[in-house]
Amino acid sequence: MTGVVALGASLALALAACGGSNTSGQSGSNGSSSPTYNAGVDKVFNPSSTKGGTLRMAHSGDWDSLDGADTYYGYSWDFFRLYGRTLTTFAPAPGESKLVPDLAESLGVPSDNSKTWTYKIRTGVKFEDGTPVTSKDVKYAVERTLDKDTFPNGPTYFNDFLDLQGYTSPYKDPTPDKLGLKAIETPDDQTIVFHLKQPYSGFDYLTQIPSTAPVPRAKDTGTKYKEHVVSTGPYKFESYQLGKKFVLVRNDQWDQATDPIRKPLPDRIEVSLNVNAEDIDNRLLAGDLDVAVEGTGVQPATQGRVLGDPNLKKNADSAETLRNWFTAINADVAPLNNVECRKAIEFGADHTGYQNAYGGPAGGDIATNLLPPLIPGAQKFDLYNMASKPTGDVDSAKKALQACGQPNGFSTNISYRAERPREKALAESLQQSLARIGIKLTLKPYPQGDYFKLYAGKPDFAKKNNLGIMVYGWAADWPDGYGFLAQITDSRAIHTAGNTNLGVKLPEVDKLLDQAVVETDTAKREAIWPQIDRKVMEAAYYLPGVWSKTLDYRPPTLTNVFVTNAYNMYDYIALGVKQ
Amino acid sequence: MTAPLEVSGTATEAQPEAGLAGVESKAVEGRSLGQIAWLRLRRDKVALAGGAVVFLLVLVAVFAPLVVKLLGHPPNEFHQDLIDPSLQIPKGKYGGISKEFLFGLEPQNGRDIFSRVVYGARISLLVAFLATVVAMVIGTVSGVIAGFFGGWVDTLISRTMDVFLAFPLLLFTIAIAGVIPDSAFGLNGNSLRVATLVVIIGFFSWPYIGRIIRGQTLSLREREFVDAARSLGARNSYILFRELLPNLVAPILVYSTLLIPTNILFEAALSFLGVGVRPPTPSWGGMLSDAVQWYTIAPHFMIFPGLAIFVTVLAFNLFGDGLRDALDPRTR
Repeated sequence: MTGVVALGASLALALAACGGSNTSGQSGSNGSSSPTYNAGVDKVFNPSSTKGGTLRMAHSGDWDSLDGADTYYGYSWDFFRLYGRTLTTFAPAPGESKLVPDLAESLGVPSDNSKTWTYKIRTGVKFEDGTPVTSKDVKYAVERTLDKDTFPNGPTYFNDFLDLQGYTSPYKDPTPDKLGLKAIETPDDQTIVFHLKQPYSGFDYLTQIPSTAPVPRAKDTGTKYKEHVVSTGPYKFESYQLGKKFVLVRNDQWDQATDPIRKPLPDRIEVSLNVNAEDIDNRLLAGDLDVAVEGTGVQPATQGRVLGDPNLKKNADSAETLRNWFTAINADVAPLNNVECRKAIEFGADHTGYQNAYGGPAGGDIATNLLPPLIPGAQKFDLYNMASKPTGDVDSAKKALQACGQPNGFSTNISYRAERPREKALAESLQQSLARIGIKLTLKPYPQGDYFKLYAGKPDFAKKNNLGIMVYGWAADWPDGYGFLAQITDSRAIHTAGNTNLGVKLPEVDKLLDQAVVETDTAKREAIWPQIDRKVMEAAYYLPGVWSKTLDYRPPTLTNVFVTNAYNMYDYIALGVKQ
Repeated sequence: MTAPLEVSGTATEAQPEAGLAGVESKAVEGRSLGQIAWLRLRRDKVALAGGAVVFLLVLVAVFAPLVVKLLGHPPNEFHQDLIDPSLQIPKGKYGGISKEFLFGLEPQNGRDIFSRVVYGARISLLVAFLATVVAMVIGTVSGVIAGFFGGWVDTLISRTMDVFLAFPLLLFTIAIAGVIPDSAFGLNGNSLRVATLVVIIGFFSWPYIGRIIRGQTLSLREREFVDAARSLGARNSYILFRELLPNLVAPILVYSTLLIPTNILFEAALSFLGVGVRPPTPSWGGMLSDAVQWYTIAPHFMIFPGLAIFVTVLAFNLFGDGLRDALDPRTR
């Protein structure tokens, strides 16, 4: 009797399970809620306005810095908008990225032939402690960013564009309120005016950088400020265990009435640091984690699992990006000071091996030059037979080695970011393929959080430790040629540490960049980018790898998910989470 | 050399009982310790099997280049044409196992797992053997001195052993491995790393042998043959080297053999954690570490190095146990 009941009960349960329940979300007009492959690309997946829940994120290494003046990773700029408001920002919407005013009431107003830019700051915006935000706080924040000794990371755009007149740093500023930079005027608390050295029509791109988020001088602790950044955004820091975890909670001083861009959904955001990369993938797939915050896609092993299983593939998004995973060849390290030795590496590397390290064709197409094809004006060209001989042109490589006086090859070190399995796989692949022509590489892993501040991005360190090859990668700061090329090819951007230009020193390139900045005709300006690309490739400073596609995994716990083309990863200020 | 068990070597005629005239009296040959041990070992099939596997492994490790040339591909060579580009796993079934690739291919880069396991054996066995030799030398010397002289010498050495045994070896090794420079003492690269591992593992496993040898020495020094030698005017060094040490050969041999598998596991653990040899040199622990992320879609990558470690450790343990049974009559 009990046996029959048990059988019946289990049959009923089985039938109920087979019937299944679809994940029901609110169906929006421009989004869907039943998962399919690429449902988060160019459209919103699972649109929602339901508030609440805890968004759990993890990072395989450490942030370079939470301080807006000292950070230069795409994920950091995307994430920054949760706790900081910049003058302008990219709108959280799928499709083509659009600049919109954030802290400012409208986009910048140019005058004096685009040499002067004026912004009006919204009224009613407050710091997390209730103090109102004024234009002076924005000026102070930009002044901080000029100090590349205190804050080595981050771009040098403001140093390059503002008419500094000798100003170096607010920490060396003799004026009593430390606002001595004449290039920025604050006629009243709501107005801020920038004076540039030369006209630049794209200045709104610069004001979306985290460095324009206001910083209260009374609470500025210099290099320690990153341990508690004072928030102007919808979330503020509740706690920060250095190197382990930080937690954001709702900022009660953030006023929705002053913010037409954001609709912050989660109540709490937890970010764990230094979590093993493959572990992050496993937890995403298991539902223990919501977001892999670096936004560079799943690791190769997980890619195999996801693409091979239709049940997992429907939760994946493959995003085209404005990123090139390439490798820097360091001309400071002998014998790579000779261009022919550098060309040997361009010829000799196995380009399909490079592509395989990043996930094969799913990871992106083999890049034959620097500019990603999506950048307006980009042109493909191939100086080193990468397309015709994808496993490497060994003969030309050997000839180049003869020409540079190293017919039997040479030894050097290759650096990469230790927490990134793809970069390790690439280093091993280059070790193998370059061994064919006699170049012996020794692998040198370094932590990614300090990769630019202390290791590859510090020319003295790189030279002393014989880092002839440095695994790297770069995504455009904003979707145009300048945003891609400037900070990696302008020799004047090189400073003692925190560099993103890992060794390109070509005066012709610097001249072309300056020319592009003042060129008002779009077609003429776009024609300059391939010229710069070609010059850098001819001098063989960078070995292009793949124009990357990232395969992101979208756990079913996420709501309101889409890839933002501004950062080529999920837009963090739009995300919500199911409770 | 005298041994407690030896029956004096000359042929002794056994006197036949009166009345059993006509029965031939056969000369009974005395057997040496080695011969007795070998006879006992021969009867222990399990130990022999272990010994055979150990012998085979040592041969394979020593002749690795030849084995790989005949049966596999160069260990660091990539074969990415045999890897499915989007799934990143070998195209063939069971991880690409075939006549060409006996254990299949590594995911993503397509390296021959068989060759890498064979070369990995070199690293594992080399480090384990050398570390054991280091441990054996230090352990024997300190154990004998502690046991023979007693008193404060013994106390000093025994407490030192206790300190070493209590030391967190894994943490120490990871810390040291992080700070060794690229070249020191005339070595560089992987040879330096191997040397570091040998020194550290050997230096921390000597107390295991030291304590046993000390115990044996303590019991041996009370024996009559030691008194006899002393009364004949022998100095301490004579007693140590000519009387005690030969009797300690048996335990030294046995416990060293049993220490080898522990050291193999140690080396594998350190390689797994990333402080062993640098890539691309293969090592079993390092391969396991890489294989973890692939275990759902390419389990063969984890199975073969894991099996290699398992079989090696088991073989050494079985052989060591058999050796102990054969050499030490008291355990029977």
